[in-house]
Amino acid sequence: MAARDWNPLRRVLALPNESRTKTVMVAFLVSALCAALVSGATVVLRPIQTANRAAEEQARIAALVDDIPGMADLLQESGGTLSTVVVNLENGRAAQDVTPANLEATLADPGNWTTLGAGQDIAGLGRRPDYAQIYLLRDGDSVSLVLLPLSGQGYGGRIDAILALREDMNTIAGVAITGHSETPGLGGRIEERAWQAAFPGTELRDDSGETRFRVAQGPASGMHEVDGITGATRTGRAVTQMVRFWLGPEGYGPLLDAIARGEF
Amino acid sequence: MTAARATWSTLTDPLVRQNPVTLQILGICSALAVTTTLATAVTMSVALTIVLTLSAGLVSAIRRHIPGTIRLIVQIVIVASLVIVIDQVLQAYFAEISRALSVYVGLITTNCLVLGRTEAFARHNPPFPAMIDAFGNGLGYSLVLVTIGGLRELFGKGELFGRTILPLADAGGWFTPLSLMLLAPSAFFLLGLLVWAVRTILPEQSEAREHTPPPSTEPAE
Repeated sequence: MAARDWNPLRRVLALPNESRTKTVMVAFLVSALCAALVSGATVVLRPIQTANRAAEEQARIAALVDDIPGMADLLQESGGTLSTVVVNLENGRAAQDVTPANLEATLADPGNWTTLGAGQDIAGLGRRPDYAQIYLLRDGDSVSLVLLPLSGQGYGGRIDAILALREDMNTIAGVAITGHSETPGLGGRIEERAWQAAFPGTELRDDSGETRFRVAQGPASGMHEVDGITGATRTGRAVTQMVRFWLGPEGYGPLLDAIARGEF
Repeated sequence: MTAARATWSTLTDPLVRQNPVTLQILGICSALAVTTTLATAVTMSVALTIVLTLSAGLVSAIRRHIPGTIRLIVQIVIVASLVIVIDQVLQAYFAEISRALSVYVGLITTNCLVLGRTEAFARHNPPFPAMIDAFGNGLGYSLVLVTIGGLRELFGKGELFGRTILPLADAGGWFTPLSLMLLAPSAFFLLGLLVWAVRTILPEQSEAREHTPPPSTEPAE
């Protein structure tokens, strides 16, 4: 009779494969090792992925501005760069002590987020940051273009976009989708330039000030709508709700009012 | 000598004679979806070959200790973890191509080819032959993907790896691109033609008829 093996791993491995203990142990060990592998890869690679995404967003912003007629010239005159501003969404003013450099650290604090009530949360976000980084192009004292990052819950995951508004803060100058997880070939077509080309010139509000912007179901009718994508009703609705939320009172509403009053 | 020959045939058989795509018609979903350009086809091939080889090695290494009741789950967990790692690496270092491949890298998990090799071969063989077999099957899959991807990009856009090969008529050349080649149906056509070609050259690959037509009742003239 061999001496009893005190190594627990070897004892488990020596069990017959069909025993319940071994089944549970093998399942546990395989899952634990795989979990460690996946988490390790994610943690190690995340900084590179974040840098990639930031570079991509910058490229999309540059492409967005280039696509807007007349903006490239205006950009040249104003020194060639957009100014980056962090705004406090509560009061629609430039944030006092938050800069683009420490925005990420600020938003890591849950205290700088506002939980949205059921009636307010039309974009399905759950909560909204109190600070947001926007891009401005000034022409003298007035703001001639503003780029607003938007996000909302789509059909397959979060949709991130950047919306450019002209100086009246009502006419869309362009849109860029910076991230989405919609179905390829259906909702995923929101990333196509052909679809985004319908946005410039679309107006957000009617004369009475009510927000009328909508992604239509089918072809657009009227100056407040853009064409919908066939087979992507939920994605279209998500884009509608996202734009309405972020341009409404809980989003950039106070900021847009301040710009319209010439106070920004 | 015979061992070396066995290893060599394990590696080369899946290239044409036992090709997983053209003979077994496995993994064609991704083969159709990612072959619009050669670059995505090559990336997908490399990703699948790496996942297949590593998962075959891992499954084979623990093959004596996988309880029969949970063996499929254990294999899928291993495959899925490797796929996630590969996907993360692609997102970090090949961001552009990773976006073009979108969900299809994740779908390697459900590629019948991967589970097929781990279940049919790696589970019964030591790690080295298992990895050779998996690598050979990965190469076989890659061969089909690269062939179809190359044909689709060449005739759909007149380019290979984004470099112009056939000068387009729009740009003053002579070639009018076949836009059909960039759409999904063309991949079906090409794959069908490829399978036909392979089975014509190697008649032993043709499957037995499932039905034999009834004998003609009309009287002979």
